[in-house]
Amino acid sequence: MSGQPKRLLRNLNAKIAALPMILTTLVVFVGGTVWTVVYSFTDSKLLPRLRWVGLDQYERLWSNSRWLISIENLLFYGVMSLVFTIGMGFLLAVLMDQKIRFEDTFRTIMLYPFALSFIVTGLVWQWILNPQFGVQEIVRSWGWESFNFDPLNNPDTVLYGLLIAGLWQGTGFVMCLMLAGLRGIDEDIWKAARVDGIPTWKTYLVVIVPMMRPVFITTLVIVAAGIIRLYDLVVAQTSGGPGGNASQVPAMYVYDYMFQAQNLGQGFAASTMMLVSVLIVLIPWAYLEFGGKRNG
Amino acid sequence: MAETVAKAASPARTNLRSDAMVGPRGAKPRRRLSGRNIMLYGTLIVVSLYYILPLWVMVMTSLKGMPEVRLGNIFAPPVEITFQPWVKAWSEACTGLNCDGLSRGFWNSVLITVPSVILSILVASVNGYALVNWRFKGSDLFFTILIFGSFIPYQVMLYPIVILLREMGIYGTLWGLVLVHTIFGMPILTLLFRNYFSTIPEELFKAARVDGAGFWAIYLRIMLPMSLPIFVVALILQVTGIWNDFLFGVVFTKPDLYPMTVQLNNIVNSVQGVKEYNVNMAATLLTGLVPLVIYFLSGKLFVRGIAAGAVKG
Repeated sequence: MSGQPKRLLRNLNAKIAALPMILTTLVVFVGGTVWTVVYSFTDSKLLPRLRWVGLDQYERLWSNSRWLISIENLLFYGVMSLVFTIGMGFLLAVLMDQKIRFEDTFRTIMLYPFALSFIVTGLVWQWILNPQFGVQEIVRSWGWESFNFDPLNNPDTVLYGLLIAGLWQGTGFVMCLMLAGLRGIDEDIWKAARVDGIPTWKTYLVVIVPMMRPVFITTLVIVAAGIIRLYDLVVAQTSGGPGGNASQVPAMYVYDYMFQAQNLGQGFAASTMMLVSVLIVLIPWAYLEFGGKRNG
Repeated sequence: MAETVAKAASPARTNLRSDAMVGPRGAKPRRRLSGRNIMLYGTLIVVSLYYILPLWVMVMTSLKGMPEVRLGNIFAPPVEITFQPWVKAWSEACTGLNCDGLSRGFWNSVLITVPSVILSILVASVNGYALVNWRFKGSDLFFTILIFGSFIPYQVMLYPIVILLREMGIYGTLWGLVLVHTIFGMPILTLLFRNYFSTIPEELFKAARVDGAGFWAIYLRIMLPMSLPIFVVALILQVTGIWNDFLFGVVFTKPDLYPMTVQLNNIVNSVQGVKEYNVNMAATLLTGLVPLVIYFLSGKLFVRGIAAGAVKG
């Protein structure tokens, strides 16, 4: 009986110091997530209420064309963005690793967009891609009258417009991660490859890339988790348009249903689907990272 | 598990650190104009143009008058430099609600960022210290949940937090937003401090214990003075992160308290009136100025910060 409070009091200061963490994990991360998932099975409208409707919200969600477009957009943008950020990031890191001069200058130039917000990024590229004044107009003024480059006002190409901006913001960061990975590789590996007469490009492809697997996987998870959250960039650059929903993404759907359309149940169901998509990325990673240690 | 999560994150960090300190290894490159070098530097310069271009366009557009913007090429420098767009963006631009410019958003962002940064760093550093030197039953479990929790999309937790803040009576106030930033800054900052504190020799801690120093005395007299660099990294990470936030600002504050990013978006994307691109670009540049200044001043510490921020995603 008397042992219980005593044990709680032991190391009390540390527990007080960790109290914000304990509250955050229990109340916000675990509690909040469970709350949202539970309420996604109700017909909450303006206010949350516990009237069960089973999977109704999810059925409605998956038959809503706006949601389907959002998912399609996210998949397309996500795959393109992953391939290009990681591809470009790695190539740039390899170039930076050639013992070049002015490395710090190049790094500063490539990384500064990462310090800027997605709002700033979206607005700048909206201006550069403006058909009346931007790139299209300039190429036309050079004499190529029929030049067409107006990605943001065409539903078929708007995602490429977002991609140009997204890559501008994020590739410098991936380059830095990759460069750190390259620098972490033992110099002896390079010497061995040189002694064996393997050409540089082949060493990168056959030896270095497989050795950097952990860096690639970490980068993949970070970039993918960021893509699923994609929101600010779209709001600033296209507001979800053109044509109302050509560049919609799930995070916008959630926000609009939760805070604008006052259809909380839909918002909860959509955000739960976002959580599921993160788990789809996270679980294989956690398995590879912590479960597959024997192989690596 | 928490150990492994932290370890998974740390190689990139330590490598980046050593790369920042050591730089490229090996002999200095021979100075010559080989084909390989032309290819190498050519590619790097072309790529750099892609990165520099938007900043250039922003600055140039913001220094032109509207007639010149309409006539000319967005890449060309202004014929006649004017600071009028900057003045207008700062003090007159309209958001649809009011016309007192971005200055209101700027001061809101300052009022949000300063307490959020201080509070989040304070909470996370003490927490990281407790996790390293004063472990208690369950501390590793909570840390693991904290790290995995940082991958949960914010959208999942938005509404429960709205309810929570409403119950506390601070929904829609600056303090509500400060609390939200403290909560969501905790995973990355705790990880940062925990990793750093665990490199401080335990003997120091033990010696202080023998001398009778308690929890707070050791934190204030030993940990804090020995860890100033990591506090600077945390500061950079938080100031840029909180300044650039948009989602939390929109959800947890009211229009007259909107941070700068939200106000900027409202100014530029408002449908009414004639679009003044020069004012828009001046406003965009003004909003980006704080993180840019921090970036250019902090240099390699910023790289360290974002590498640590890598786990945040």
